[in-house]
Amino acid sequence: MRGLDQQSLLGRRALLAGAAAGLAWPVLRVRPVAATPASAKAAMDEILKGREPTPGRVKLDIPVLADNGNSVPMSVRVASPMTASDRVRSIHVFADGNPLPVVGHFHLGPRAAKAEIATRIRLATTQTVVALAVMADRSVWSDALRVEIVLSACLDD
Amino acid sequence: MAQALVKIQAQAKRGEAVEVRALIQHPMETGFRRDDMGKPIARDIIREFVCTYAGEEVLRAELQPAIAANPFLVFHVLATESGEVAFRWTDDKGVVQSESARLTVS
Repeated sequence: MRGLDQQSLLGRRALLAGAAAGLAWPVLRVRPVAATPASAKAAMDEILKGREPTPGRVKLDIPVLADNGNSVPMSVRVASPMTASDRVRSIHVFADGNPLPVVGHFHLGPRAAKAEIATRIRLATTQTVVALAVMADRSVWSDALRVEIVLSACLDD
Repeated sequence: MAQALVKIQAQAKRGEAVEVRALIQHPMETGFRRDDMGKPIARDIIREFVCTYAGEEVLRAELQPAIAANPFLVFHVLATESGEVAFRWTDDKGVVQSESARLTVS
């Protein structure tokens, strides 16, 4: 009796595994192609225009482990006095594991008090998010953060 | 378009950094999803958000499908004079939603 139970259990397991494998395939096929590191680099080059970003001054804040990729809180804070001559012109956020590498471009006008923005973003998969800050003196600073996603965006229909 | 919500204090001291929270109802359809019949769902996102204060720009954001549904933005405006803080969202269909708030500076 016990042996029989085990056998049917094994059978069910094999069946489940087979079903899971079969199900996984169409899901993978409809999944949009992720941005490659190359396309993310190309998007960043549009901002960098030949300049080299220096790590520092920028603080990218995202939960390192996010349950749901559909809405991940993100904030970017740049150390800057925000005076007329020494200020942050723009903040750019990139996610190379998303179908499109650009998350957003944020241009800070003359009335912005702090070099800081916060929003909620979508992350398709576990990946590295990069923030660039372009200063008034045209120097570029950066920060990068690896974010683990449990449930990815783009897969829910 | 839809409902927009803006949170900003009504009064501030000169030179103060005033926090602004702007939220708008929008699906931010990525264009990567498919419907039940397998047909692609057309992209419909808010492309641009602009906030001005007394006619001058505070923040101009170029948004992408990677911004979560119901875009929510937090930033700070420098209180310099009493004036109108205006918000404008533009989506892929060309629909423009505007909102404004009055900031009194003492």
